[in-house]
Amino acid sequence: MKRALIALVAAFALAGPALAVLPGEQLRDPKLEARARAIGSELRCLVCQNQSIDDSDAALAGDLRVILRERILAGDTDKQATDYIVKRYGDYVLLKPPFEPQTLLLWLGPALVLMGGAVWVATMARKRNPGDEPPPALTPEEHEQLLRKLDAESAL
Amino acid sequence: MKRAVFLAPVALFALVIIAFAAGLGRDPSRLPSTLIDKPLPVFDLPAVRDGDVGLKTTDITGQPRLLNVFASWCVSCRVEHPVLLQLKASGVPIDGLDWKDEAVDGRKYLVEQGDPYRLAGNDRTGRAGIDLGVAGVPETFLVDRRGRVRYKHIGPISPDDWSGIIKPLMDRLRAEG
Amino acid sequence: MTAEIGQFALILALVLAGVQTLVPMIGAWRLDPAMMAVGRTAALLQLLFIVVAFVSLGACYVTNDFSVALVAEHSNISQPLIYRIGATWGSHEGSMLLWVLIVALYGGAVAIFGGSLRESLQARVLAVQGLIGAAFLGFLLFTSNPFTRLSPIPLDGAELNPVLQDPGLVFHPPVLYTGYVGLSIAFSFGVAALIEGRVDAGWARWVRPWVLVAWIFLTVGIAMGSLWAYYTLGWGGWWFWDPVENASLMPWLLATALLHSSLVLERRGALVSWTILLAILAFSLSLVGTFLVRSGVLTSVHAFALDARRGVYILGIIAAMTGSSLALFAWRAPVLRTGSLFAPLSREYAITINNLFLLAATATVFLGTFYPVFMDVLHGDKISVGPPYYKFTFVPIFILLFVLVSFGPVLNWKRDEMRRLLPRLRWPAGLAAVTLVVAAAVFGIAHLFAALGLALGVWLIVGAFIVLARRWRIGQVSRSDMFGLVRSTPLAVWGLVIAHAGLGVTTVGITAVSAWQTNKVLSMSPGQSVKLAGNTITMVALRPVNGPNYEANQAQFDVVGAFGRSTLTSERRMYPSSQTTTTDAGIGVGILGNIYISVADQNPDGGLTVRMWNHPFVDWIWAGCLLMAFGGAVSLADRSLRVAKVERVVVRPLAAAAEPVIP
Repeated sequence: MKRALIALVAAFALAGPALAVLPGEQLRDPKLEARARAIGSELRCLVCQNQSIDDSDAALAGDLRVILRERILAGDTDKQATDYIVKRYGDYVLLKPPFEPQTLLLWLGPALVLMGGAVWVATMARKRNPGDEPPPALTPEEHEQLLRKLDAESAL
Repeated sequence: MKRAVFLAPVALFALVIIAFAAGLGRDPSRLPSTLIDKPLPVFDLPAVRDGDVGLKTTDITGQPRLLNVFASWCVSCRVEHPVLLQLKASGVPIDGLDWKDEAVDGRKYLVEQGDPYRLAGNDRTGRAGIDLGVAGVPETFLVDRRGRVRYKHIGPISPDDWSGIIKPLMDRLRAEG
Repeated sequence: MTAEIGQFALILALVLAGVQTLVPMIGAWRLDPAMMAVGRTAALLQLLFIVVAFVSLGACYVTNDFSVALVAEHSNISQPLIYRIGATWGSHEGSMLLWVLIVALYGGAVAIFGGSLRESLQARVLAVQGLIGAAFLGFLLFTSNPFTRLSPIPLDGAELNPVLQDPGLVFHPPVLYTGYVGLSIAFSFGVAALIEGRVDAGWARWVRPWVLVAWIFLTVGIAMGSLWAYYTLGWGGWWFWDPVENASLMPWLLATALLHSSLVLERRGALVSWTILLAILAFSLSLVGTFLVRSGVLTSVHAFALDARRGVYILGIIAAMTGSSLALFAWRAPVLRTGSLFAPLSREYAITINNLFLLAATATVFLGTFYPVFMDVLHGDKISVGPPYYKFTFVPIFILLFVLVSFGPVLNWKRDEMRRLLPRLRWPAGLAAVTLVVAAAVFGIAHLFAALGLALGVWLIVGAFIVLARRWRIGQVSRSDMFGLVRSTPLAVWGLVIAHAGLGVTTVGITAVSAWQTNKVLSMSPGQSVKLAGNTITMVALRPVNGPNYEANQAQFDVVGAFGRSTLTSERRMYPSSQTTTTDAGIGVGILGNIYISVADQNPDGGLTVRMWNHPFVDWIWAGCLLMAFGGAVSLADRSLRVAKVERVVVRPLAAAAEPVIP
């Protein structure tokens, strides 16, 4: 049991994103390397289309990983390093699209659907107050009784 | 009012289908260049050919021209090559950037396939190409007389691409003051 | 000869699908029993001929008949038998043939098992099913014929995409398609109900098992796809928000919503038009998924067949099928009987809100998947939408949804009270709170998000079991009374508990692997050791090995951890026929997590690039999915028994009582 606990804690001791970087590319300083990986995992590989440059084995992705690390060593902030790549390849490389007028629907759409639906569900609830529920339909016996009663009355 | 609620799905769906239909004809891998109407990035590359001057940004001015990015390892460049040779013969100035390639291999490629280039530089590390936003080869930039990028063509230039798209643009640039 | 038989069978199937569409539809309109009966015969014959076509194609592959273009493109002499069989549905044409086969299988099932259905409803359902079959048989024959011959006949074929040469190929597509296409039955029932103008509890009772079947297969199919990607792509991810993955996730989300809303319809007769709309949308998203994969409108690592003409055809099918059914919905749904009423605090209401969140989640995935297309069309801009987008949109919606999940099953139908509701949840809420505090204390405030995820998992699992505890009145009745209650617990309740608990298990897995996975990338030579997450990993051997149709560089690792020692092998495979390399990762599976090692190319220093991960609790993700599917199966077992029993007693009168629906 104790061994299991030790293993559990050891398994959780370190945390970092999963990547496909090559051994030679990594920075010595683990903090800077972690930053490079975090940035790289949000940049799209251009040749392979649906991978981040950190997940990709493509040569160009490797070049961009190295450039990213050079920028970080040169003292760039995360944003400056990202902008360096964006300046060359455009917004397309950003796996997290920028928040701008043209992407308003993309970013706010989910919240709009949720709120619109909530309003609809709420009005439905108000309209369908259980107090307004119509009385249950007549059973055949009741119907029969009613008819007899009506007949009796009209006979008068 | 109630009807409108029930009509909403079909209306939304119509919009989506129109967008899909319009999206079908587009190639998602063709990226627009971020350099359009901007000056070429600065580079100074060693020569591909023996005893040559190489390729410097400052040399790519004076008249409208093409800057073609190629590599000896690139298969579709070989498809494009005869077109480039023809363009050269008809007097179109083309400069070449040999991307992520050894100069020796680039030289051999030009000897074997023919040499359409006025100036040719070797970009062994690929950095100049990356500064140009090159994702793959071949790519071709149309540069005006002041050294600004005006158009980028992705993939091999076919004769139709030249006569239909690039030549009219080039003629317009030539007419510019 | 075999190919010609297949070809001819497909043409006959197309004709029969046409008959299946027209004759019963007219028959139902004229109330002509003979014409309606034609639908059943046509459905079974259509199925027979598609089976013939499918077996023919399979036979061409098994015998490596390279005169058939498709076989020459996807098989060769050295390809193992199992991948020759798998290649039957491993290509575009083959997978579409599988698609129509499953459409016909469902049609045949309605013809055989739908005997207790109202005759006109069965006829109309079969007609709509026939139309779907006809549309895709036409697609197959006119744009993607699997039986095209080659001349001259090549001596050897090319190769099935090596990434697909994996046992996963044999199971994943058939299972996933059974799920996708299963939603066509819900669609057919929905459209038939709109034409009939009549929806009642009986309708819901008939539809629900089909939805459940589709949902079970979708759940397993998606989980298998995720697992396959995990061990085959070589970088240990299990979900990439890739367009093709999203294409399977969207129908699943709506099928989940449909599963719950049809419960309300069945039990309480409410959410009538909403349920029909969901049925139409769920299958439409299956179609959109097909469009996405087959048209290349979004490039993706998975889009194996990119062809604009096929895209146009499928888009036409979607426009016609979904468009007309939504138009039918707009016309007919307003006159459908609206159901009974329920209070803002009731199980019906909880399920309505569940549907709302699932719809919002679907809309999010839809926006994320297709916004790049919309941007390109409207502005000419190319953008990408990747995992970070979903982290900020989809994940919050799902967290809120998961918080709500445990409320549903403890709420009473029709009406409930808050002061009675809250005490029922004291155990799940209490244990979740304890988990949150303990996890935050042990792992630190930096891992607060992960602690929240674990608490959510506990909330779901305990919340599921509290349903049983309440039902058995634990602590309130004598032991013998309780055993009686345990024995009388319907399978449907067990199904609910298992499925909701499975959701909790998956949540724990996702949380743990996202927060605590560790990874090392290094260059290793035999004899070298490295420590990863408490394990010592030593490369003990590196040698070339040869497979039937590939050459590989195989590395062997010795892993010594707290639980003992194990040996993992990891390969980099090269398929000479198609000049493709693939990765076969070595995975050491453990209850607390996996050690995952993949090898890449030789480095300049002579070592081999080795990437290794520790993935804590990652298997819980798929185990939870299997639990969900198992819960569905348990629930289905209950239904099939009960439907048969109830049929004679209740449903007929119920349907009769609801007769005059359209004035």
